[in-house]
Amino acid sequence: MNNMLNPQLHLNPKLFDADVEQKPIRDGYGDGIVLAGDSDKNVVALCADLMESTRSEAFSKKFPERFFEIGVAEQNMATIAAGLGVSGKIPFIASYATFSPGRNYEQIRTTIAYNDSNVKIAGHHAGISVGPDGATHQATEDIAIMRVIPNMKVFVPCDALEARKATVAAAKIWGPVYLRFAREKSPVITTEETPFTPGKAQAFWMSKKPQAVIIACGALVYNALLAAKELEKEKIGTVVLNSPSVKPLDEKTILELVEKYPAVVTVEEHQIHGGLGGAVAELLAKHRPVPMEFIGLKDTFGESGSPEELIEKYGMGVKDIKKAVEKVLKRTYEV
Amino acid sequence: MKPIHEGRLEYLEELANRIREKVVETLLEAGSGHSAGPLGMADIFTAFYFHILNHDPKKPMWTERDRLVLSNGHICPVLYVTLAYAGYFHLEELMTLRKLNTRLQGHPHRRALPGIEMTSGPLGSGLSQAIGMALAAKLNNKKYRVYCLTSDGEHQEGNHWEAVMFAGKNRMNSLTAVVDRNNIQIDGFTENVMPLESLRAKYEAFNWHVLEVDGHNMQDLTDAVSEAEAIYEKPTVIIAHTIPGKGVSFMEHDYLWHGKSPNKEEAKKALHELRTLGRRIKSEHE
Repeated sequence: MNNMLNPQLHLNPKLFDADVEQKPIRDGYGDGIVLAGDSDKNVVALCADLMESTRSEAFSKKFPERFFEIGVAEQNMATIAAGLGVSGKIPFIASYATFSPGRNYEQIRTTIAYNDSNVKIAGHHAGISVGPDGATHQATEDIAIMRVIPNMKVFVPCDALEARKATVAAAKIWGPVYLRFAREKSPVITTEETPFTPGKAQAFWMSKKPQAVIIACGALVYNALLAAKELEKEKIGTVVLNSPSVKPLDEKTILELVEKYPAVVTVEEHQIHGGLGGAVAELLAKHRPVPMEFIGLKDTFGESGSPEELIEKYGMGVKDIKKAVEKVLKRTYEV
Repeated sequence: MKPIHEGRLEYLEELANRIREKVVETLLEAGSGHSAGPLGMADIFTAFYFHILNHDPKKPMWTERDRLVLSNGHICPVLYVTLAYAGYFHLEELMTLRKLNTRLQGHPHRRALPGIEMTSGPLGSGLSQAIGMALAAKLNNKKYRVYCLTSDGEHQEGNHWEAVMFAGKNRMNSLTAVVDRNNIQIDGFTENVMPLESLRAKYEAFNWHVLEVDGHNMQDLTDAVSEAEAIYEKPTVIIAHTIPGKGVSFMEHDYLWHGKSPNKEEAKKALHELRTLGRRIKSEHE
């Protein structure tokens, strides 16, 4: 049996089928803000001229008095939200991640995070899988710049359902949260029953005899699972840990796993510096230094192309993850 | 808002001058900070906290209070001194400005001190935050008004004009901006660094109601604020012409005093001028 999916997490039973359901992760944001708006009248949404592509449209139709079109002005969006957030409202601001939190970084730092305003920042079209739009629209530094801001939480959901749950959870947490969403359709990995808890990571895949831990976030969790499945056939056991909560990081779960299986590969659609890989490296350097390999963009910008082509070209494909596992195992057990 | 009766006006003018003196003492003790802006804005702060604003220093988080957002956070010495005189905290605490463990941070921080509505310092983002507060008032069915004090120099920031555009489009009549038009910024005179004129025409083009006042005439200022309350179709901006460094002859109009604090000798001279109202009266300290 090649399927070592964690039965307790109720993952999609058709996960490895050719016809696995595919949905853009950003759809989860659209569903999530409507649910959050239903349960709390203080939830408001702001958008910077990207209503349809950030999936803010359903909210704007259902709660027109609680929706604010800001126009192409991301700095204004963040700062208006800061004013709303200290006045009893729970604002969600949405744009492409290269613009928000890219262009409005200082406003987010000062007027939202330092000012402790209850604002949720939705960064859409994150990662290289944005595709044909090219590097100007592919945010690959956003996790890093949000993660280092004190008082900020960072969630990177792996599919549309987890995105919905993370959005709903963000509305219930006091304080600033950064939510990161991808544009393209990607396999729905979880189900309604799969729990999402801020600050928690979950082992989606657990071999009988794991040797390495693959820690992943975002849509690439799926590639990590495919890699684990192929490695299993080659008698290489792994754990695939889905870590949507990049900050706070689930330090306890990661350290417990690494204690037993001291070889780590991190996987994310982001620069290898400063993102999930950086967060894990900081943790392990302090508590349990072990060999690590990093899957992500290697200090380079992306370019135009199809999402699949770009993921392959920039070294984030299934075969790259497999190679990284093999390499880290070699460093761990043969050096 | 009631007009200021004559006796009260005289009292407020004296108070504004006391606030100037305290600003100089506070800056001397702090050893760094901005001088010209705080002195130039003392009359306006006095008018707001002692006549215009509906607020309660004993209940700084009272939900019905009017909001005053200081966008150009660097002039916070005058905000701190005014808040202290208004009763938000003891005057002695002013001597902790910019020192370790103080609630009086070098630039104002909302989470540090009651009475501060908004963390500010990086320029150009106060007006948008005031807009957010005004939008929340509408959603929450609150009647409070929102005032944003801005500097002229920060009108060079793009974020500010994004806010001007939004407020004009959305006819935000509960919002009033006050521009400290003192014509100086750190590197020189605004019209040399990056001209702002015609400021009136710019605001009018964005659908704002524009008033201009002498920023040292509290009666004019409160009249303008009253007029702003009566304008239902637009947000109002009051361009307040002020003298940077007001009350201290060697600081007035000199942009070199924008970003520095006085040394002991300079503070002594400044306090003498303020206490004698430019040597028109004899100081009680002499």
